Amino acid sequence: MFDNNHLKGKKVILHDMCLRDGMHAKREQISVDQMVKAATAMDDAGVPYIQVTHGAGLGGNSLQHGFALHTNEEYITSVASKMKKAKVSVLLIPGLGTMRELQSAYDCGARSVHIATHCTEADTSPQHIAYARKLGMDTTGFLMMAHLNTVEGLAQQGKLMESYGAQTVYITDSAGYMLPNEVKARVHALRQMLKPETEIGFHGHHNLGMGIANSIAAIEEGATRIDGSIAGLGAGAGNTPLEVFAAVCERMGIETGCDLFKLMDIAEELITPMMDHVVRVDRSSLTLGFAGVYSTFLLHAERASKRFGVPARDILVELGRKKMIGGQEDMILDTAMTMAKERGIQFEESV
Amino acid sequence: MAKIKCALIGSGNIGTDLIYKLKRSEFLEPVWMVGIDPESEGLARARDMGLKTTAEGVDGLLPHVLSDGIQIAFDATSAYVHAENSRKLNELGVLMIDLTPAAIGPLCCPTVNIEQHAASGEMNVNMISCAGQATIPIVHAVSRVQAVPYAEIVASLASKSIGPGTRANLDEFTYTTSDAVCKVGGSLKGKALAIINPADPPMIMRNTIYCLTEDEPKKDEIKASILRMIEEVQKYVPGYKLVNGPVFDGKKVSVFMEVAGLGDYLPKYAGNLDIMTAAATRTAELFAQNIMSGKVTLKATKPTKAVEA
Repeated sequence: MFDNNHLKGKKVILHDMCLRDGMHAKREQISVDQMVKAATAMDDAGVPYIQVTHGAGLGGNSLQHGFALHTNEEYITSVASKMKKAKVSVLLIPGLGTMRELQSAYDCGARSVHIATHCTEADTSPQHIAYARKLGMDTTGFLMMAHLNTVEGLAQQGKLMESYGAQTVYITDSAGYMLPNEVKARVHALRQMLKPETEIGFHGHHNLGMGIANSIAAIEEGATRIDGSIAGLGAGAGNTPLEVFAAVCERMGIETGCDLFKLMDIAEELITPMMDHVVRVDRSSLTLGFAGVYSTFLLHAERASKRFGVPARDILVELGRKKMIGGQEDMILDTAMTMAKERGIQFEESV
Repeated sequence: MAKIKCALIGSGNIGTDLIYKLKRSEFLEPVWMVGIDPESEGLARARDMGLKTTAEGVDGLLPHVLSDGIQIAFDATSAYVHAENSRKLNELGVLMIDLTPAAIGPLCCPTVNIEQHAASGEMNVNMISCAGQATIPIVHAVSRVQAVPYAEIVASLASKSIGPGTRANLDEFTYTTSDAVCKVGGSLKGKALAIINPADPPMIMRNTIYCLTEDEPKKDEIKASILRMIEEVQKYVPGYKLVNGPVFDGKKVSVFMEVAGLGDYLPKYAGNLDIMTAAATRTAELFAQNIMSGKVTLKATKPTKAVEA
């Protein structure tokens, strides 16, 4: 019962996020050169899927989400042309990205895509999932903020995505809020609901320090794909740190096909030196995890806090209370201004 | 003077809400509701509200168009069937108000360009999208003060207010709205984002409008122009409200709006539904006044081949 080898021999496909989710933590300012260097090293270390582009994915370049240093097409083309084995993947959130942008990403060399919706809105994704399949891409239905749906409800949403053509369904803990038993319950229900050939994935955030434990819990219930990010470079307290996760897998006998020491070197020598701030569980990112708030809101809330004089933690808690979801970054500034007015704080645009 | 008789095509959220709006109109009278499912709640509700109904689609309406004197039709189906609906009704001299993202006719926003279209004798006008109706007036309010090379709009919508048609065809919504931000709003480039939020109780429709001005923004003029525009929109959508802003960051102007509906068919959180049906009603009323005064005569279009869906 207390054996460490109960998952021995299981095969898990790792998917790195540091060049996409990590863009959030870098205010979208990773250069093409940095991406190519990191991705080439990951390819050499055996990481099978590497996600790139703007943090918000296809169509992400905007006033709402910030402008990256380069176009998505430039990132994808530059990285894809250098890959020996790894597949380049992208993120598409319907309502932000469109099929035109997916076609363009494919033309540049992307061969895998996470089609992402909020955990209750899977029915906004049928045309994008079908289009990705038509292009022959490895296609994932990605259910974000998964803690905001019930176990049963989430399984039904996953079933919808499978019916549109998704080959993998991901449980996405965008707020880093979930605990291992919550992950297990959801993976278990999905496994019961989906066809045996449909894979299940887990995408964690480390806001409560549970990224690795949650990923292992997911594998215990049948997940075969795990998203992580080298050195944890990602939104909030970052994603499941991939090199740490790979080390745990190695000790447990879970097969990832990656070279652990090479991953450790990339974390230490390439990714950590790139960070603008140490991506870790601190007061604000812990607030995200505790209050169940979308991890990407972190830096936006800190900026709004500086400008309008309302503490970032108060803003984040209020956003959680109002049940704001991914994509509503405009509501951070709006909420901060409304709170400042209520508190009698004077600012230039007081109306 | 007799009101102009109208047919509603599509018995979903939008079609049903339109019944309420048209019943209050001085100039319009809803007569027919067209659906495709005889068991649908929408058709039953329309019958209860005194409309004639058919579950045979537009073909079920065609034999009654002339005998019932239908002059204006509202299409709230989907972009894929709109062209064919429009062709059939235009050939009988019926003006088509398009509430789908098909956009085969000119894009219309009542406070920006409706006078021009209502006098032109167009037989098909498009109402863009709910997000377009809620945000384009603000883009226009900035672009009439000074040049706007780029505008971006973000619409947050309550999940309960978004029907299956919009969900399954979200890209068409995005394309049509982005296009209209430029063509009607007056920016050189435009982008539209939509977020569907399932919070319970449902959130009231929120819209954020960002404009980048070419030169330093003329803050006072922009603010005055926006406030004037909001008053114009409030004439047909009383719940159209400025929450925060305009905020100026360099050349970026940000405006944070809320749209509460009248609560006719869906509760007031569904401001998106209201602003769309209210804009369509207002557009149809202007046409109706022009028809009544003889300023505009609806002309049947020449028969053409079926449009491939």
